[in-house]
This record gives sequence, C-alpha cells and structure tokens, in this order.
Amino acid sequence: MPQVIGVPRETAPGEKRVATVPEVVAKLVKLGFKVAVESGAGDAANFSDETYRAAGAQVVQGAARLWAEADIVFKVRAPSAEEAALMREGQSLVSFIWPAQNPQLMQQLAARKVTVLAIDSLPRMLSRAQKMDALTSMAGVTGYRAVIEAANAFGRFFNGQITAAGKIPPAKIFIAGAGVAGLAAIGTAVGLGAIVRANDTRAEVADQVVSLGGEFVKVDYAEEGAGGGGYAKVMSEGFQQAQREMYARQAREVDVIITTALIPGKPAPRLITADMVKSMKPGSVIVDLAAEQGGNCELTEPNQVVVKHGVTIIGYTDLPSRLAKQSSTLYSTNLFRLSEELCKTKDGVINVNMDDDAIRGLTVIKDGAITWPPPAPKPPAAPPSAARPAAVQAKASGAHGKSSAPASAKATAITFAVAALAFWFIGANAPAAFIGHFTVFVLACFVGYMVIWNVTPALHTPLMSVTNAISSIIAIGALVQVAPPMVETANRPTAWIVGLALVSIALVAINMFGGFAVTQRMLQMFRK
Amino acid sequence: MMPATLSTVAYVGATILFILSLGGLSNPESSRRGNLYGMVGMAIAVLATVFGPNVTTAGLPWILGAMVIGAAIGLFAARFVKMTQMPELVALMHSLVGLAAVLIGYANYIDPAATGHLQGAEKTNHEIEIYIGVLIGAVTFSGSVIAFGKLSGKIGGAPLLLPARHWLNLTGLLAVLWFAREFVHATSMQQGMTPLIVMTVIALLFGIHMVMAIGGADMPVVVSMLNSYSGWAAAATGFLLGNDLLIVTGALVGSSGAILSYIMCKAMNRHFVSVIAGGFGTGGGAPASSGGATATAPAGEVVPILAAETAELLREAKNVIIVPGYGMAVAQAQHTVYEITKHLREKGVNVRFGIHPVAGRMPGHMNVLLAEARVPYDIVMEMDEINEDFPDTDVAMVIGANDIVNPAAQDDPASPIAGMPVLEVWKAKTSIVMKRSMASGYAGVDNPLFYKDNNRMLFGDAKKMLDEVLAALKA
Repeated sequence: MPQVIGVPRETAPGEKRVATVPEVVAKLVKLGFKVAVESGAGDAANFSDETYRAAGAQVVQGAARLWAEADIVFKVRAPSAEEAALMREGQSLVSFIWPAQNPQLMQQLAARKVTVLAIDSLPRMLSRAQKMDALTSMAGVTGYRAVIEAANAFGRFFNGQITAAGKIPPAKIFIAGAGVAGLAAIGTAVGLGAIVRANDTRAEVADQVVSLGGEFVKVDYAEEGAGGGGYAKVMSEGFQQAQREMYARQAREVDVIITTALIPGKPAPRLITADMVKSMKPGSVIVDLAAEQGGNCELTEPNQVVVKHGVTIIGYTDLPSRLAKQSSTLYSTNLFRLSEELCKTKDGVINVNMDDDAIRGLTVIKDGAITWPPPAPKPPAAPPSAARPAAVQAKASGAHGKSSAPASAKATAITFAVAALAFWFIGANAPAAFIGHFTVFVLACFVGYMVIWNVTPALHTPLMSVTNAISSIIAIGALVQVAPPMVETANRPTAWIVGLALVSIALVAINMFGGFAVTQRMLQMFRK
Repeated sequence: MMPATLSTVAYVGATILFILSLGGLSNPESSRRGNLYGMVGMAIAVLATVFGPNVTTAGLPWILGAMVIGAAIGLFAARFVKMTQMPELVALMHSLVGLAAVLIGYANYIDPAATGHLQGAEKTNHEIEIYIGVLIGAVTFSGSVIAFGKLSGKIGGAPLLLPARHWLNLTGLLAVLWFAREFVHATSMQQGMTPLIVMTVIALLFGIHMVMAIGGADMPVVVSMLNSYSGWAAAATGFLLGNDLLIVTGALVGSSGAILSYIMCKAMNRHFVSVIAGGFGTGGGAPASSGGATATAPAGEVVPILAAETAELLREAKNVIIVPGYGMAVAQAQHTVYEITKHLREKGVNVRFGIHPVAGRMPGHMNVLLAEARVPYDIVMEMDEINEDFPDTDVAMVIGANDIVNPAAQDDPASPIAGMPVLEVWKAKTSIVMKRSMASGYAGVDNPLFYKDNNRMLFGDAKKMLDEVLAALKA
C-alpha cells in the first residue's frame, strides 16, 4: 500500500514557498508514492493546481482534509500549533523545525506520537547528505537575493561603464562571511560587474572567494577561526579588535555591505557598529542576512528596510521566500533526494532507518520519542595515508618513455652474472659461423631497443602492424627453399619441400602486403 | 642473377631501411615516410633473394604465383578491415608468421641439401636452431589464433583456468627439453621426425593454453607479446638459414614487441610473468583481495544523468577531457565522439582526449580509432601529458572505460589494481561515466569513481547515448 505524501499550503504570513513542485511530484510518483497537494499550495510560487494535477498529484481542498489524508507531510516552515494539532499518530513530517529554538513545538509534536524529520538538523558533514542539504540550497538563494535587494536599493549601476555621458565607476561591495550565502552573493555581485571584497574568519575559504572573482580581505591578526561542522567560532578579543578596524576601513570605502556572519547557537556577531554606518557614503546599502539572529549590524531591524544616516539597511529574513519559485524547486529537490534515501525499495513506503547516519541526524522525533540532539556522529574515517606512498611510487615508475630508476645493485649483478655464463657457454660450444650471426643478433636487439623507445605511444598500433609486416621478411627463408641451385641429391623430397615453401610464401605474402597496406591506411588517418 | 656480394649489400640496405621505418614512427608526421621505407626495404630484400644466388629461375613462376595469391588476400583484408577490428587482424597476421616459421623449419629439416653436409657441433647447432624456430613458430601460431578468437569474440573473453596449470606448463617445458635431446641425437631424418612432431604438438597446445588463460583486459600485453614472438620466430629462422637480414629484422621486431609488452605491463602495474601466468581479469567470482575490497566498499551512491543534461554540462564547460575505452570501440562510437568534439570546439570549448596506454585491446588502439574518426592527433594526449590538467577541467567524459579511471588504484592498497597508473578523472569538476550498466570492469574490481559526489553516470549504449548528446547539443 503506497503512502500518501501531503503538501499543505504554507500558513506562515508572507511565506510564498511550497514544499514540493510539480516536477518533483512526478519523481515522487515514480518512487511509488501518492502525492496530495492542498489546493492553492503553489499559487504564491507560480505553480497552479492544474500543473500539479498534470504531474500526477491529487489536489485536495482544505488543510484539514490534506493533513488527514497524508501519511507523510512535506512542509517548508515549521508547523504552527494549529497545524501540529492536525497530526495523528504514525504520521511523518518533513520540514524545517529548528528544534533548539522551538522546544514547545517539539513537545507538542512528540505528544501527537508522530515521526518528525527536521531538514535543518541534517548532518552536513556527510558528503552524501549534500544533495539533501536544504540549508545550503536556501542559503544560496539568500545570497543571490541579497545582492538583488542591494542593487534595488542602491542608486547606481553595479558595473563600471564609460558612456557618452561620462565615466561611471563600478560599485564596491564588501561581503562579510564567505559561507554558502556569502559565496553566492560574491558570485552574483561579480556577475553584475561590481568590485567584490570578502572576509571570513576561516582562512581556508580565501581560495573560494578568489575563485569566484572576489578579493579576500585579511584581518591582520593570526588566529584560525574554523569551528566544528564548517561553521565559524567566536574569536578572541585581540582578533575582534583587528577585525573591527578592518570593517571600519571597509565601511568608509565600499558602497554596499552584505553581512552573512552566523555562529551556531549564538546571537549573530556585531560586526557593523552605528559609527561605521555613519562613516558610509550616503546612498550606501547594507543587507543584513543575520537579521533573524539579531543582526550583524547594530542598526538592523528584522523584517524591515530602514534608512539611517543616509544608509539603507535591509533586514529581510524571508529572502528565499522572495524568490519563491527558485527556492521551492531547490527545496523540493532536496526533499526528493531525502525521499530516495527513505525509500530505497521504491515501493512508496518510507523506512526511517536510524542506523543511517544522515537519517539518524534528521530524525528529531521518532514515533513520539524525542531523539534530538543526535549522538555525536562518527568522525569521518581517517584518509588512507598508507596508500599515498604507493601511489607516488607507481607514478614515478609509470612514466614510460623515460628510463625508470636504476635497478638495485644486487639484481644488476645477478643479471650480469647470468648473461656472462650464457655468453661463456655459447662461446665455448657454438661453431664459428654461429658466433657471427649471434653478434649481429645481439646488436640488432639493442638497435631495436633504442629505436622503439622513441616511438610515440599514439602510434603503437601502426608500430605493431608495421613490425608485423616487416617480420614477413621470414619469406626469404621460404624463397631460398623453392628452387635452390644445388645438384639434386638422391633422396631430396623436393615435392614436399617446395610445397611447404610455397604455402609459407603465400601465407607470408598475406602478411607482407596486408601489413604494409593497413599500416599505410592507418597512418593516412592521423592528421592535425 | 646477381652475385652473392650484391645480394648481401642489398640485405644491408634493407636492414637500414627497416630501422629507419621503425624510427619514423616517432611522430605522425614522419610515420608515413617510415612505412614507405619499410615497403622499399621489403621489396629490395625479396628481389635480392629472388634474383640472388640461392634461387634459380625455375622457381620464379611458383614464387610469383604464391606471392600473388597471398598479396591479393592481404590487400583485400587491409582494405576492408574495420579499425575496431585491428587487434584481430594483427593477431591473425602474427599467426601467419608463426605458421610460416614452422613450415620453413620442417622444410629445412627434410632438405638434405641444407643439412646433409653439416657435421658435429655445426649439425647439432643447426638442429637446435630448427627445433627452436619450430617451437617459437608453433607457439606464436596457436597463441595468435586463440588471441584472434578472443578478440573477435569467437571465443569467450574470460580466462580459462585449468587446475594445476603451472604444473602443466612445466611438464610441457620438460617434455620439450627431453624431445630436444632425442631430436639432436637422432641419427636419421625419419628418426628425428617423431620428436619434432611431438614437440610441435606440445608447443601448439602450450600456445593455446597460454592465451586461453589470459583475461580480456590483458589482451594488449598478449597481442604485443605475440608480436614479439613473431619477431623471434623470424630471427630463429634467420639463424637456421644463416641469414643476417632475417636475424636483424627478427631481432628488431622481437624487441619492439617486447618493449610494447613491457610498456603495457607498466601501465597496468603488473609483472610480465604474472600476466603470462594468466588468471587476472576473472570478472566473476571473488576478486583477488576480497578482504580488502569489503573493508573499503565504496560509500555514497551513484547519480544517473540524462543525455540532455550531459549536453548541458558540456555546453557550459570551458575545458573538456574525453577518456575513451574499449566500450567506445565496441559501440563504434568514435565518429559521434568526433562530431561532438567538432561541435564543442567550434563553440570555443577546449576538448582534448586522454588515452591510457592499455585502453582498448592493443597498444595504441584508441589513437587509431580516433584518427579514423578524423580527430586531430594534437588534441589526443597521453596519460602522463594530461593527468595534471584534470583539476582545471570542467567535464571529464569517460566513454566505455572502467579500470583505467579507477581511483582505487591510488587510494586502496588492497585493491587488485593498486598502483596501476590511472587517469585522474575524479579531479575534474564533474566526471561523466558512460556505461551500459554498473558491472565492474575486466579486472572485476568495483570502481569508487562511480560513487563520488562529482560523478554522474550516463547509462546506455555509448553510441546511442552520444548520438542523443549530440542531438541535444545541436538543438
């Protein structure tokens, strides 16, 4: 019996996103699920009921009916108290929950004896969890939208231009915090033609900033700021002092500041003071992406756009929702990837496997029992360091065309001893005529060795076919047997000899002509 | 009739031309001239022999007839062979040289004119030469025929592993040595014939057994090894006829094949002896190191991709490296690959090819296929040339290759292919692997590449999928 995935209309004020888009509905149906969508759920994100129906979903009127029908509910925002009250025992919910910030909601959901997967609790360190990481995909949208909001509020071009009406300098943008949102903002701002600078307490992101076309601004103070899980940590007082000076300098120079600095479980760090705002040029813009956590800027007012000291300060906390179609699509793809993990059998029934690291982390309530916070995840396995030397060795010796490292003295000595013995044996026993031929043979082997190493690997196939053709020189052996100018010996089985020789000649002729012809054909094909 | 000295000088000329011919292959520009040198050298050698002191005019019509028949067959085969079938053709041709060496050895033995006047050590020496010539010829012949069968799919590619196969080989070797003694000690031709024939049969069986025991992925080594043998067979024939030209040419070809085998073995980080002993590339059954394999079973999962999305990735890439493998040859996809390459290059995408030395079924197989499809050779790179460019590459497209792009060769010391140099496609921003299914390669080793986050799998027949990619690119 396939389970029903229910997608209600988001009830939070101003929320335009929807947890599942029609494109993903079709994929979920392929996984074996049935999908029910509340009528009007996608309207704000420009997905009509019609498109959901076309994708194979059932459109249900009213939230109550949807919550009643669904076995699994996909949501964006954490459910309201009313929505939580609609849940029944055995039902599952996948949504943003923020269990640390919403203990009351957790209690209420646990009391309903449901299973809750909080998409925000995904262990982000697991590389295979990346495809389900809604925080990342939402942060990317946020970063993009932050630049667009800034451009909207900023009174000038972002890109520099030289027009008939005069020269326009490019806008200078400073981005504080180069996490996912910060990097997305850098990319977007560079794309618009602005000069972008960025700073982060984690030194390792400098390369990423530069790779996106930004300039990494260092704080003149040596301290590493990487905390656990890819987040930043709180820095020392000395560092903060140096950092403030750097921010103050940037504030005087740039036109737009976008702040994205967050430390998990703590209020957002105050990076931009009122004085710094005052020092900015009139008409400048600050977009504070940490507004919800108190703001990186002292003067930020959450959910508001305010103008202070001539600087527009944008404190929107719903930037993903302002790009509802894009963020809905990304979010629902994250949920679809999660569904694949939950339903590996593709029979439309989820299995919340608590032995799976990713799913264990996500599951904050399992059948009414609160399972949050999860136990510390196993540290990622140490990289197999033993493999490195082996790999390096293989590389060193694998470079053909160049002579490899000289063999060990012992091996060389043995080789020479064996060769000397063999030569002595031949010299002692073989007839004189043989020695002459033997000399030629050994020298020819060396010539062959020298010549062949120069052959380019691209021509190895032609080399084989041409050597093959050349080895038909063996024909000479047969040619001299056909009609030797000797006196007929009494019992020479001439018929046999001539027969064998002629067959040989015919066979070798195939080789001779065929080999050269096919080589020629191949070599004709090699062109610049 | 020319005098003996003239024909000897002609032989020297032919020798030089052969060396120049091989030397010409050092780059594609000079290679055509090199081939021409080879042809001229061969013509000189044959004419000098036919009109030299050892052939009377009575034999000319016969020789001409045999040559014309052989030439017709050879030229026909060369004209119509498909480039993907080159390994088969080469293997078949090796078998001809081997067979000819056997026949010439027999003819020489039963010819009293050749052997009758020899006495003592010279006679023994000559008989040993005959014996060795026939031995190498027979092994080359039967081995090449089996290699041909395997390459053309007439015989299954899986290695045939007889129980106690090493003992069988050893017994065969001892028997060959025993009969050599019998043969040398034989007082009459009739008496010597029996050990010679018995040895030939053993050698034939040995050749069959040797190649049967070798898996599909090791075929490049086998083909080049047989190439080498055919050279040694010619050299041995040269010894028995006392002909320096044959000796030199045989030695050239022999060392050429030996070096190729060595390069192929290096490219697989395998020892020559272990390739010849066979048993690698079992495909089914337990991989060589089941313990290590389970301990490091690839984590993560396979992400499939569609042809249209592949086209999208390619269109947006700046640097693309295509890594072809045997799968491309099987699917005959090289022309579509070229069309895609051409299209992308016109759009300013830097498309290059990365060729692993053992990609395909014979050395240089991929280069020939790409050349056939008119891919310019200056964008076809060797593994060593291109490996360090992968980190700057946007899309690495792997077409029908598996083991040669397996990161386990570097990361997993327990892997059966550990230490084998591989193309580091996983370092590209995105790698796309085209494959028919998730089956492992000839080495029977699972490929962690498929499970990497930046890898995408495009399942299906290479030709069909590439056609779709091309259509999507043009759309």
